[in-house]
Amino acid sequence: MGNARDLGTSPDEVQFRFRDDEPVDHGTVTVDACCDQTNATAVRIEPGDDARLILPFLYRLALVEVNFPVFGDGRGYSAARILREAGFTGELRAVGDIGIDQLSHMRRCGFDSFAPDKRLDEDAARRAFATWENVYQRAADARRTIADKRHEA
Amino acid sequence: MYRYDQYDQAMVEARVEEFRDQARRRLEGKLSEDQFKPLRLMNGLYLQLHAYMLRVAIPYGTLNSRQMEALAMIAEKYDRGYGHFTTRQNIQYNWIRLEDAADALADLASVEMHAIQTSGNCIRNISSDHFAGAAADEVIDPRPYAELLRQWSSFHPEFTYLPRKFKIAVIASEKDRAAMRLHDIGIRIVRNDAGEVGAQFYAGGGMGRTPMIAPLIRDFVPIDQMITYAEAALRVYNRYGRRDNKYKARIKILVHELGAEEYIRQVEEEFAHLLSVGVEPPREELARIAAHFTDPPFADGPKTIDRSDPDFALWVDRNTHRHKHDAYVSAVISLKPVGGIPGDATADQMRIVARLAKLYSFDELRVMHTQNLLLPHVAIKDLKAVWTALDAAGLGAPNMDTIEDIIACPGLDYCSLANARSIPLAQRISERFAETGRTDVVGELKLKISGCINACGHHHAGHIGILGVDKKGVENYQLSLGGSEAEDVSLAKITGPGFDEDGVIAAVEKVTDVYLAARADGERFLDTYRRIGMEPFKEALYG
Repeated sequence: MGNARDLGTSPDEVQFRFRDDEPVDHGTVTVDACCDQTNATAVRIEPGDDARLILPFLYRLALVEVNFPVFGDGRGYSAARILREAGFTGELRAVGDIGIDQLSHMRRCGFDSFAPDKRLDEDAARRAFATWENVYQRAADARRTIADKRHEA
Repeated sequence: MYRYDQYDQAMVEARVEEFRDQARRRLEGKLSEDQFKPLRLMNGLYLQLHAYMLRVAIPYGTLNSRQMEALAMIAEKYDRGYGHFTTRQNIQYNWIRLEDAADALADLASVEMHAIQTSGNCIRNISSDHFAGAAADEVIDPRPYAELLRQWSSFHPEFTYLPRKFKIAVIASEKDRAAMRLHDIGIRIVRNDAGEVGAQFYAGGGMGRTPMIAPLIRDFVPIDQMITYAEAALRVYNRYGRRDNKYKARIKILVHELGAEEYIRQVEEEFAHLLSVGVEPPREELARIAAHFTDPPFADGPKTIDRSDPDFALWVDRNTHRHKHDAYVSAVISLKPVGGIPGDATADQMRIVARLAKLYSFDELRVMHTQNLLLPHVAIKDLKAVWTALDAAGLGAPNMDTIEDIIACPGLDYCSLANARSIPLAQRISERFAETGRTDVVGELKLKISGCINACGHHHAGHIGILGVDKKGVENYQLSLGGSEAEDVSLAKITGPGFDEDGVIAAVEKVTDVYLAARADGERFLDTYRRIGMEPFKEALYG
């Protein structure tokens, strides 16, 4: 954990993770730096950043953090889906002001790791991740929707 | 009409349990009011001046008698025996205790209803033409498309924390009875030259402090791409709508600042991308939903009305609307008795309306954006019986689209945002015009009152609009003229300096004097205003 980092969360700060691979522990760079630098493997997207700028570099990124400075700013949900729609399979980590009640939607948008500013109650979070047995929309989690189930042969 | 299957039912029940847990955490102090606020808002629970207000969704304004009876029961069990129907075709209860809110939601769920997304910065309840499925002039019933959009927008994972609230209206006729172009997205279902059904999209309309009429953003979206296109329009808004200032956060500001062309370009780009991703529900889903909206078994019958009772004849002229089957009409139930509170109904009245729907309208009811109710399919042979029952219940006011049919927001009597009272003003104006017999003489005149610039009372779209403001601690009312929410949509213009309460009532009378003196044959107030312009009215008011 000794890596110098100006920004980004460490694996220690990740409270929930839905992946089996080893967490990345590299320095996290800004979107601008990611576009300039050829060796960055972890990037952090702020709400005002255009997630599409990093699409050309996804092949070398192992971790994308999406920051939610305030939970009511929902731009990060679109950023996450855009990355998954572009085929990003690395770790997509939601960081910042994340509460119990955002977890299930974030998961649907493609986040597979969560580093909330304040640690969340484990039981409440488990319940929250399982809130929706079924879903109406297609999203980044590739779940079969209610409409799909209604019309399967 | 649409009925839930086990999936829809499970969704609303899961939501009730989720909210019960959230309310419990709030009551135990584990959630701060700041943390709880967006969660309760997502369930339609507002903190008002005196108590919590619960807003219940009535998707596209359609409900059955069992649902109306449940609304009556909730009014008695958790509130003070009445409810308030709103301009978004919803119902609001003004005196709900937080401790009871989850139980009220559970009662709603038992009749396939909910309060999901009736507030908060998310996609709100979808509104539609109140005559949908009944009107002689519609291309097709718009409600299946509205229902498809309802399901898509419910718990949408990407669009729950938008810059601001988001309202969608769906119509399917040249006539606009849903203020479609004053919505964040307005959709008109159309047929192209090849006879194919598609969706015409408008975006960036709205009222509030910066009223805008939505420009057309796409003439024809094939119907099996409608959800994908809506998703693209929303994604561009979610990413680029302003979040630095809540008063500039609605999509109308984005569309205005980017320009419609640039917004359209971005949406088209996102649309092309999302078509490749594949987010559209399976085609059969629309067919499944549409099967719920097939016509009830209309029967041939008498097509003429016995007009020997003049009171009945007046009500027929004013409050009935042409039906696609010539032995039927749609009958408007006025919630605007002279001197009453626009949109309010008691539990007893709701039960009477429910009974009439069951007996005479194939068990169907509508809530109108004008804050009235509607029996969509009444056989002409039953019309007299319906009117007699309505009249006896204080629901027979023959005043649809007259100056007594006032839209008014709750105003300072309930709302924590209001600067001025709306309800007492509406009451006094309707009393004044009824007393003098002026209502009849003036004919169609849509008067709309908002108690603050948020414009919940649609004053920008009133033939006459009244906006209540706070002027150094005193309620003051600005008058505006020439608005319309219909297919001839326009925004009203302010006449000049405002008035006190008595003054604005006198001003409304003066304005109608000018109209009556100047009107040509068959002209409505709005037509005369458009022909002669603001000056003669200003002259009469301030000259």
